[in-house]
Amino acid sequence: MSPNPHPATPPDLDVYCDAAAALLGLTIEPAWRAPVLANLRVLREAAALLEGFPLPDEAEPAPVFEA
Amino acid sequence: MSVSQDWATASAAAIAGGVTSGAVSARAVVAASLERIGRIDPAVNSFTDVLAGRALARAEAVDAALVRGEAPGPLCGVPFAVKNLFDVAGLTTRAGSRINRERAPAARDAALIRRLEGAGAVLVGALNMGEYAYDFTGENIHDGDTHNPHDLSRMSGGSSGGSGGAVAAGLVPLALASDTNGSIRVPAAFCGCFGLKPTYGRTSRAGSFPFVGSLDHLGPMARSVADLALAFDAMQGPDPDDPACAKRPAEPSLPGLEDGIGGLRIATAGGYFARSGEPEAFAAVAKVADALDVSRVVELPEAARARTAAYLISAAEGASLHLNRLRHRAAEFDPAVRDRLLAGAMLPAAFIERAQRFRRWYRAAMLDLFREVDVILAPTTPCRAPRGGQTTFLLDGVEFPLRPNIGLYTQPISFIGLPVVAVPVWPDDGLPLGVQVIAAPWREDIALRVARHLEREGAVRAPIARL
Repeated sequence: MSPNPHPATPPDLDVYCDAAAALLGLTIEPAWRAPVLANLRVLREAAALLEGFPLPDEAEPAPVFEA
Repeated sequence: MSVSQDWATASAAAIAGGVTSGAVSARAVVAASLERIGRIDPAVNSFTDVLAGRALARAEAVDAALVRGEAPGPLCGVPFAVKNLFDVAGLTTRAGSRINRERAPAARDAALIRRLEGAGAVLVGALNMGEYAYDFTGENIHDGDTHNPHDLSRMSGGSSGGSGGAVAAGLVPLALASDTNGSIRVPAAFCGCFGLKPTYGRTSRAGSFPFVGSLDHLGPMARSVADLALAFDAMQGPDPDDPACAKRPAEPSLPGLEDGIGGLRIATAGGYFARSGEPEAFAAVAKVADALDVSRVVELPEAARARTAAYLISAAEGASLHLNRLRHRAAEFDPAVRDRLLAGAMLPAAFIERAQRFRRWYRAAMLDLFREVDVILAPTTPCRAPRGGQTTFLLDGVEFPLRPNIGLYTQPISFIGLPVVAVPVWPDDGLPLGVQVIAAPWREDIALRVARHLEREGAVRAPIARL
């Protein structure tokens, strides 16, 4: 599935990983970097597959909450 | 009951009958189970805690209540064990991790343990699992791997590997487990036993360590369908301590268990569920379909996207749960879990919101499908139990990473909380595989009826491993 909702040039996940880790207060040790990036790539492809499916604006999530 | 009955390996129903009739004491049954665990489990590694003192005291209390003339519970004297993410009073709830071992011991048993013991069952121990339940293999770097009782060189499946291992090895007739993306159904398939993943919200999760609140379910594993139904009926019902537990009253499955399949509309899942697996996975489905005389095939709408959405939600919710541990103690995680959680922590909120919105759409589409059919059959896993330590496998001739793809067929089903009985199939002389018997929400009774029919017909079975 082509991630068409995303830019033609794939994002630089290396840069994203560093920025997100800093934002979240996470440390990515050098040995963990390659597997974390590999997982990020898979997750991004998963998100692209989902974004390729048109959902109406009225499709709301079904959270478990009762006031 | 014959005098030669081996109570250590008897079914829950047989034990409850024997204890109720006075043929055997609860204490003798529990002592036999403890002896067998001590003898067999070193090879399987399914238990992390054996609670001999507590179990024998509890069994004696069950016997004393019978002597006093109190009404016996439906699980009178039945030994059971729980995945170690269930709180057990006095034990630290480790949830397969190293980090959680520093927590204070649980003050109280989990809700489902209390319900089973309220029905006369006796907790004998806590069971091994994949770290924080983010696992399909049954491997654990802290406690050692649970080995498949039918072939110790193979994986038990996970994350409820100890639950599948203990039941298949005949150490207990009944084990409790959790299933977020397949963690009951996968070990049931690999270890050749039965598992019930109830409808989302059916069983209380109070007093269990969570993984993904949106997708977490708790249920039983056993070697017979009747034992699943006994346990399920004893556990269901509302619980205000679990915000996701439904308020609907208990709907017992036992009264209709022997009703057969007359009038049920049953179909096999095609498309997504008929590709990307080994031929024997589909042979197992065909064997079950033959036994039910089913030829109809239905397509589940957007199953690949459903699986993908479950994958995203699991990564993000799991990471959010563990964020502080990832900040301060990341090196103490199992690397296979840590790397997925670190990536999951970084996911943009919009990705997850979209996955949750898709979940609503998919639920509506599946409910439409259940207007046409009552039961859907699908493979549980794309392959038999892989070798311990195996990291990739071949599907359609292409090499894929093993860990995430074991749940290929289970994730689209639990994603919207459908009830499933995982039934064990032995298509040849090799190891077993599983088939998912899937019903509409709240119709565990139908899935159990179909599973019982298959068991009666000899199409599915859960023999004790020869160890």
